[in-house]
Amino acid sequence: MAILSKEEAKQIIDKVLAFSKAEETSVGISGDRKGNIRYARNSVSTSGETNDLSLSVTTDFGKKSGTSTINEFDDASLEKAVRRAEEIARLAPENPEHMPLLGPQKYLETKGFLESTAAINPDYRAEAAFGSIDPCAKKNLTAAGFMEDRSGFTALGNSKGLFGYSKSTSVNFSVTVRTTDGTGSGYVARDYNDASKLNTQTATEIAMQKAMASVNAKALEPGKYTVILEPVATHDLVMNMIRNMDARSADEGRSFLGKKGGETRLGEKLFDERVNIISDPMNVEIPGSPFGGGDGRPQEKVTWVENGVVKNMYYSRYWADKKGVKAISPPGGIIFQGGTESIADLIKGTEKGILVTRFWYIRTVDPQTLLYTGLTRDGTFYIENGQIKYPVKNFRFNESPVIMLNNLEAMGKPVRTSGSLIPPLKIRDFTFTSLSDAV
Amino acid sequence: MKRRDFMQMSGLGLSAIMMPSVPVIGSTVAAEHLLDPWMDATSKKKLTEIALNAARSKGATYTDVRIGRYLQQFLYTREKQVQNIVNAESYGIGIRVIANGTWGFSATSDVTPDGIAKCAATAVEIAKANSKFQKEPVELAAQKGVGEQTWKTPLKKNAFEIPVQQKIDLMLNVSGAALDNGASFVASNLFFVNEQKYFASSDGSFIDQDIHRIWPTFTVTVTDKATGKFKTRDALSSPMGMGYEYLDGIASEKIAGPNGLIGYRNSYDMVEDAVLAAKQAKEKISAKSVEPGKYDLVLDPNHLGLTIHESVGHPTELDRVLGYEANYAGTSFATLDKWQSKNFAYGSKLVNIVADKTQANTLGAVGYDDEGVPCKEWDIIKDGILVNYQATRDQVKILGEKESHGCCYADNWSSVQFQRMPNISLKAGTEKRSVLDMIKGVEKGIYIVGRGSYSIDQQRYNFQFGGQVFYEIKNGEITGMLEDVAYQSNTQEFWNSCAQLCDKDDYRTFGSFFDGKGQPSQISAVSHGCATTRFNGVNVINTGRKI
Repeated sequence: MAILSKEEAKQIIDKVLAFSKAEETSVGISGDRKGNIRYARNSVSTSGETNDLSLSVTTDFGKKSGTSTINEFDDASLEKAVRRAEEIARLAPENPEHMPLLGPQKYLETKGFLESTAAINPDYRAEAAFGSIDPCAKKNLTAAGFMEDRSGFTALGNSKGLFGYSKSTSVNFSVTVRTTDGTGSGYVARDYNDASKLNTQTATEIAMQKAMASVNAKALEPGKYTVILEPVATHDLVMNMIRNMDARSADEGRSFLGKKGGETRLGEKLFDERVNIISDPMNVEIPGSPFGGGDGRPQEKVTWVENGVVKNMYYSRYWADKKGVKAISPPGGIIFQGGTESIADLIKGTEKGILVTRFWYIRTVDPQTLLYTGLTRDGTFYIENGQIKYPVKNFRFNESPVIMLNNLEAMGKPVRTSGSLIPPLKIRDFTFTSLSDAV
Repeated sequence: MKRRDFMQMSGLGLSAIMMPSVPVIGSTVAAEHLLDPWMDATSKKKLTEIALNAARSKGATYTDVRIGRYLQQFLYTREKQVQNIVNAESYGIGIRVIANGTWGFSATSDVTPDGIAKCAATAVEIAKANSKFQKEPVELAAQKGVGEQTWKTPLKKNAFEIPVQQKIDLMLNVSGAALDNGASFVASNLFFVNEQKYFASSDGSFIDQDIHRIWPTFTVTVTDKATGKFKTRDALSSPMGMGYEYLDGIASEKIAGPNGLIGYRNSYDMVEDAVLAAKQAKEKISAKSVEPGKYDLVLDPNHLGLTIHESVGHPTELDRVLGYEANYAGTSFATLDKWQSKNFAYGSKLVNIVADKTQANTLGAVGYDDEGVPCKEWDIIKDGILVNYQATRDQVKILGEKESHGCCYADNWSSVQFQRMPNISLKAGTEKRSVLDMIKGVEKGIYIVGRGSYSIDQQRYNFQFGGQVFYEIKNGEITGMLEDVAYQSNTQEFWNSCAQLCDKDDYRTFGSFFDGKGQPSQISAVSHGCATTRFNGVNVINTGRKI
C-alpha cells in the first residue's frame, strides 16, 4: 500500500479536493518503503524496514493557509483532514508573501524508478553487508558501514487542475574501513537509482586499499598546496556553494552573490572559464524529481555557471513575481562538466600535491566570502613527480569554493556522487591551516 | 507498518547558515490538539503488558516497551510577518527485545492489542535473524524494577498552553526592536517540544514521564550597501528544559557583563537581546580585523558550552570509543588505554567535568533514561584526569561497573534507543572571580561570546571555533570589537591551557537542541554548564577573504 499507482493517487486527490470548501486547495501524497542495514566492528548492529504513506492537504482563504497531514485514507479520515486544514487556515495570520496556486503544469517523465532497487529485501541487505564485512575480516581490517534503500512515489494535485505523479528508487552505501591498530582508515560511498549497479564488495575494496595505504602517515607543514580533490570532496564544497545561490539573499545583500551598491553578481565571471555547472532532471546517470521548489513547479534543465559566468540564481515564486522574472527552482542534483581524465591521470600530471579522498565537518566560517572550514579524512596522500609517495596526516582547511574554482588546474571525468555528476578537480593554492592527529 | 512523517523544514526563518534544516517529526495538527489528553497511565500499562507478554512468549529473554506521544510546536517569523507555524504530533510504540542474546527492535503506530502483539513478534524475529551474525551475546547491567513511577519537567508555564497569538506578538516585538535599532533583517524562531513517554520493561518498571523543552532564538542581519558587507548576530539565549517561564526575562537571572553584554541564566529577555544584537551586528560591519597569533581567550558560557560539547561530550561517548560510529560521526582519541592509565591529563588541574541527567532546567534532565535507569551525576574528568565515559546498560561492563550511567535515548517511539550524551558540564571555580576580574588579568587576549562556526575532526583532536561577538583585550581592558576571528587548537592542548575559572555566580548553561548522531540519524537535546573560563596562548587565525 506504501506505493500507490498514478490512478490510485489521482482518485484520492480528487476525493480530497471535492471535500474542500476553501478558495484554493492543494494535496500531496507520498509513500515509500525504506530499508537499512548498519554494521560496525565487522558485525551487523541494526537493521530495519519501514513503510510510510501520508497525505498532506493545504487549504487557502485569501492570504491565509492551513495544512494538515494524515496517514489514514478512508473517506471519513480524508474529510476530517480537510476540515482540520480549513480550521487551521481560518485561525492563521495572513501571509503577505502568499502566492496563488499554479494551474496545470507539464512535468518531465524522469526515469528514476528501477525495479532492481524496489525489489531489495532483508536477504539482499544482509548479503550486501556480508560482501563488505567478509573481505575486511579476512584481511584483519575493521568495517563500519551503512546501506539504505528506498522506493517511493509523490503525487501532487490542486483545485486549479494541477496534477503530477512520479516514482523513484535509490540506494546509498558507504563504508569506513580501519586497520585494527587504528593507524589507517579508508572510505568509499556509492549511490544509485539502480541497485544492480551497486557491488558492495568492489566498493569496499577501494576503502580497504586506502586504509592499508594510509598507515604511518607523515606530518607535512600546513600551508598552500596543489590538491587533487576526489569527487566526494569536490561535491561537498561545490554543493554548499550551489545551495547559497538564492536570488533573494543576493538581492537583499546578504549572500556571496551580493556586491557593493545593492547589485548582484548575476552575469559576472566569478570562476575560471572552464567551470560549467548545469542541472538536468532527465540526465540518465542522475535522474531527478520532475517537481521543484516544493510548490508544484516543474523541474527543468538550468545552466547555473557557464564558462565561469554566473548565469542563474534560484527563486521562490514570491520573489520571482516581485522581481518580474521566471521562478527557477533550486536544483536537485547538479552536473559539473569536467574533462576525460581519471584520478590516476591527474596524479600522473602532478609534480607536487596532495590527494584528498574526502572532507569532514564542513562549516561556514564567513557567508560573505563563502569561506568554509573542515578537515581531510580517510585517505590523504602526498604526490610527487606523478606518483603517490606516502600517506600524510589530515589537514584542516579554510577555503572558499569561489576562490578554489578560480585556482583550477585540471578537471577529471565526472562520476555520480550523492545524486550529482562531479569531476575530480586539481586545484592550486588550496589553503590548509593546521594539522590533525585524527585517523 | 505505519510510521512517523519526517519533514525537513529547510530555510524557514533561521538563516541557512545557522541551521540548514530543522527536523519536524509527526503529523501536523491544530495547536489546540496539542493540549488534548492522551491515554491515561493505566491504559498504557495494559498495552505495555501485552507487548511484554507477547515478546516473552516468542522467546525474548528481555523486553522494553516505549509508548510515546511526541509533540512539537515551531514558529517562524521574519521582519514583520509570520512565515510558518508547525504543530506536529507523533505517537506509537517501540519494542526492543533480546532473543538468542541479540537485540531486535520493531515499532508501530498501530497501538491496538493486535498491532502491539504483531510488533513484539517482529522484534523477536529480527533479533533471532540477526543472532546468526552475533559474536558475543548482549549482557545488560542489572537494573532492579522500579515499579510504577512518574516524572515531569518541573515547569511553571506549559508552553503549549500559551496562545499562539501571544507567541507571535513576542516574535514580532523582537523583529520591531531589532529593526528599530538598525537591523536590516531579523528572523526569529520559537521551538517547543513535549515528550510524553511511558516505559515498561520485563525488569518490572512502569515509568510515565512528561518532558518539556524550549528554545527561543533569532538571527539579526545588518547590510551595508556602500561596502556590500553584511554581518549577523544570533541570539544569546540557550535551549532549556523549562516551560514558557524561560521567556519571562527576570532581572535576578541576568548577569551584567562588559560592554553592555548580558548573561542570561534561567530566564531570557528576547526583546532586550534583539536590541543589543542589532547594535552589535552594526558595530561588526566596521570592526577591526584580527591580527592572527597567540591570544589568551576569555570564553563566555554561551560560547564555551559548544566547545565542551564537541571536545569533551562527543569523545567520551563510549560507543564512539568502541568504533560503533566509525562510518559516520567517527571514533575518539579518548581511547580505553588512556582511561585505564588513570593519568591521562585531558586538561589542567582546574578542569573538572561532570556528566549528569539531573540538573534542574537542563535539556538532559529526566527521571529515567530510555532503558529505565534512574538518572544520576558522575565524573568524566577529575582534576584534569580522564576518569570515565558515558555508557548504557550493555556497555558499562567494559568499564568494570555494575550500574548503567543512564545514557540511553531514542528521539521517537519509532527509533531504537542508543547511547546519547547526558549534560556534560565544566564545574565553576571555587575562588571568587567575575568576568571583569578575569579580563583585568589578561595582557593580550580576546573575549568571545556566543555560538559561531564550529568544526572538529572525527577523533576530536583538532577543532576550529568562531563566535558571535569578539572583543580585543589589551593590558586588562577591552579596547574594542574584533572581526574575522576563529581559534584553532587540539583538544588536549586546549584543555591543558585552561588557566582560570569564574565562580558559580557566573555559571550558566548552553544547549544543543538538535544534536545529530547515528545512521539513520537521530536528534537529541543536551545542556552544557560552565562559568566564563580563561585559556592561555591559543592560536587565532584571521578568516577575512576577498572574492
